[in-house]
Amino acid sequence: MKIISAAQITQAVAELCIRANRELPPDMESAMRLAEKTEPWPIGADTMSVLCRNIDAARENGLPICQDTGCACVFAELGQDVHIEGDFEAAVNAGVSRGYTEGYLRKSMVQDPLRRGNTGDNTPAAITVWLVPGDSLKLTVAPKGFGSENMSRLAMLKPADGVEGVKRFVLETVKLAGPNPCPPIVLGVGIGGTFDKVAYLAKHALLRPIDQPNPDPFYGLLEKELLDEINALGIGPQGFGGKTTALGLNIETMPTHVAGLPVAVNVSCHVTRRASTVL
Amino acid sequence: MEYRLNTPVTKEELSVLRAGDRVLLSGTVYTARDAAHQRMMERLDRGEALPFALEGSAIYYVGPTPERPGQVIGSAGPTTSGRMDKFSPRLLELGQPVMIGKGARSREVKEAIVRNGAVYLAAMGGAGAVMSASVDSAAVVCWEDLGCEAVRRLHVTDMPLTVVIDSLGNDLYETGPEAYLKSLESENETGN
Repeated sequence: MKIISAAQITQAVAELCIRANRELPPDMESAMRLAEKTEPWPIGADTMSVLCRNIDAARENGLPICQDTGCACVFAELGQDVHIEGDFEAAVNAGVSRGYTEGYLRKSMVQDPLRRGNTGDNTPAAITVWLVPGDSLKLTVAPKGFGSENMSRLAMLKPADGVEGVKRFVLETVKLAGPNPCPPIVLGVGIGGTFDKVAYLAKHALLRPIDQPNPDPFYGLLEKELLDEINALGIGPQGFGGKTTALGLNIETMPTHVAGLPVAVNVSCHVTRRASTVL
Repeated sequence: MEYRLNTPVTKEELSVLRAGDRVLLSGTVYTARDAAHQRMMERLDRGEALPFALEGSAIYYVGPTPERPGQVIGSAGPTTSGRMDKFSPRLLELGQPVMIGKGARSREVKEAIVRNGAVYLAAMGGAGAVMSASVDSAAVVCWEDLGCEAVRRLHVTDMPLTVVIDSLGNDLYETGPEAYLKSLESENETGN
């Protein structure tokens, strides 16, 4: 059994909040640089070059890549042989508060969805915990901006709608989103499960690097087909027109009920952020 | 085409801009997003004056990150403009001519743009670090309690923007993708 203190968790979360907001993950940065080279439409290519310059400017000046430093989505893979000394949730939130304050990140959380009121330190985090074998704790912070989050959709399709129904829904979601989610976008697609689980699958799909296809070849191929069809829509970088509408699309699935085919699309932007550490 | 504009702007200056043109904007720009727009509407409802003069002004839909010591402003890219659609026509009718943000606008906003000879310009979405480089100074004007949503007066030099909706109602979010897809068709015709 390993003992991990609340203070260790707080410190790790604080550092991850800052790192995730200033540095894109390697798969995202490579995809952006590649799109800058391959975008054939002039205004699209110009736009990609500004967006790549922005990655450099953030790194050089210690600035967040995007001013929407997001809702702090924190994922914990908690080994079942770990003993946490102290309150886990309070430790994570203390880390978010410290990271967003010390890192000069934007505080975007309101305490009540209708009565609003900024909480002042970007807490609370949106926390997901998975219990896994082992004696380590892997923490991932994936700050999520709401320009893209707001464009996400969920549908309870009929089993007879099949793969074509899923494709139609994903493409419809991208068309409806248009320029709003800051294309080039990244899509997390959940298929199966229940009403709540399918949304979780879509969010979870955004944690996988976009250069790693689904290990099931059937879904790996579907990811590629959907990405190609999205990039034939013409929306382009920032919605000004062009080839590069999406940089990646990840699918996660789950068994579901005989009567159902839930599908959820979590839309993310060209600043799809995630940073991890293992304690 | 690329144009240089200084605030306050005139309708004559805006009338030559076309969707897809680039604009380098200098002068004073006021920041206001969701909560600040809500409060501006409440003031107008009560018959009170707004925190800044609307005539010739530019409003930038942005909630910047806090500046570090020695910095003027943190990251300062645009937020999604569609959430301000409910409020914009009223401001346009009162003489507010330049909106800066990102993302699609409603039919009502487009009609108000045409009616008032206004423009809608896009800043580069998600490029907060690049956008902040054109900001020379920033000061909170009012509603500091709103945090990142407070109204700020920015002085900007050559802020890089793209005309999305011009005063004739042309919309780059429609014409841009159409032109790209059309170029593929003609490529196929000549190539094959």
